[in-house]
Amino acid sequence: MLLEQILFFIAAAGALGGALGVVAMRNPFYATLSLICHLIALAVLFLLLQAQFLAAAQIVVYAGAVMVLYVFVVAYVGGQDEPMRPAGGVAAGLGPLFAIVLLIEVAIAVIGSGLSALDTQGAKLGAGFGEPGQIGELLLKQFLIPFEAASFLLLVAAVGAVVLARRRRGLEELDEGAAG
Amino acid sequence: MDVVWFVVLSAFIFCIGAAGVMTRRNPLVILLCLELMLNGGNLALIAFARMHGNAEGQIFALIVMVVAACEVVVGLGLIVAMYRRKIPIDVDSMSELRG
Repeated sequence: MLLEQILFFIAAAGALGGALGVVAMRNPFYATLSLICHLIALAVLFLLLQAQFLAAAQIVVYAGAVMVLYVFVVAYVGGQDEPMRPAGGVAAGLGPLFAIVLLIEVAIAVIGSGLSALDTQGAKLGAGFGEPGQIGELLLKQFLIPFEAASFLLLVAAVGAVVLARRRRGLEELDEGAAG
Repeated sequence: MDVVWFVVLSAFIFCIGAAGVMTRRNPLVILLCLELMLNGGNLALIAFARMHGNAEGQIFALIVMVVAACEVVVGLGLIVAMYRRKIPIDVDSMSELRG
């Protein structure tokens, strides 16, 4: 019990620190690395919530594959430091203000919801809760259509990314003509 | 651990991500902050799945992960296309559609 609480606070500190790092780091490369720390801490929190399969998927798919894609694009585009906004810009002041207002609003929603189950450990769990077997059974029996839609969405996104990022001969000639 | 701790943490992560989307100018970092917001939502979904002892919330979180991956792929494709066309990687300078 005590061990669980210690682990929660370590993982929560890691997740919050990683999130703050993403927002505060001026170099996109460091922001990406900080997001990887955040995702791993979040996977630990998923484990504490008995979501074993999702924790594994989070590390393999997110912290592994998606972040490698990020690092490659940052290296390709060039991770130059972002210049700060000119002082006194409207958006620079409004952004944090908006975030604080949003946090207060969400906090009121959580406190005011009066969900008595929020203050408990949660319902009693059957054996195998959150394990790959149960997730697979739900995905292929109850949620088959969302599952197929998700796979189709992935296909569309992959094709779309190739179409967006490929070299277009016509456009480059156009650009060269405009420059020359 | 009480479920409310996880829900409060997810609210914090969501708001940090929202602040990043508002204040950052590099589209790469804006995509990273969007990931933060989606992950805050995921954490809340899984916390509520634990609260009810029902794994359907975890399926929801899995689908959210898939949608996030798609969004990242398309966003990174757009950024690479911007780089190829020598448009500066800065959302403030992309104002061609301004009326």
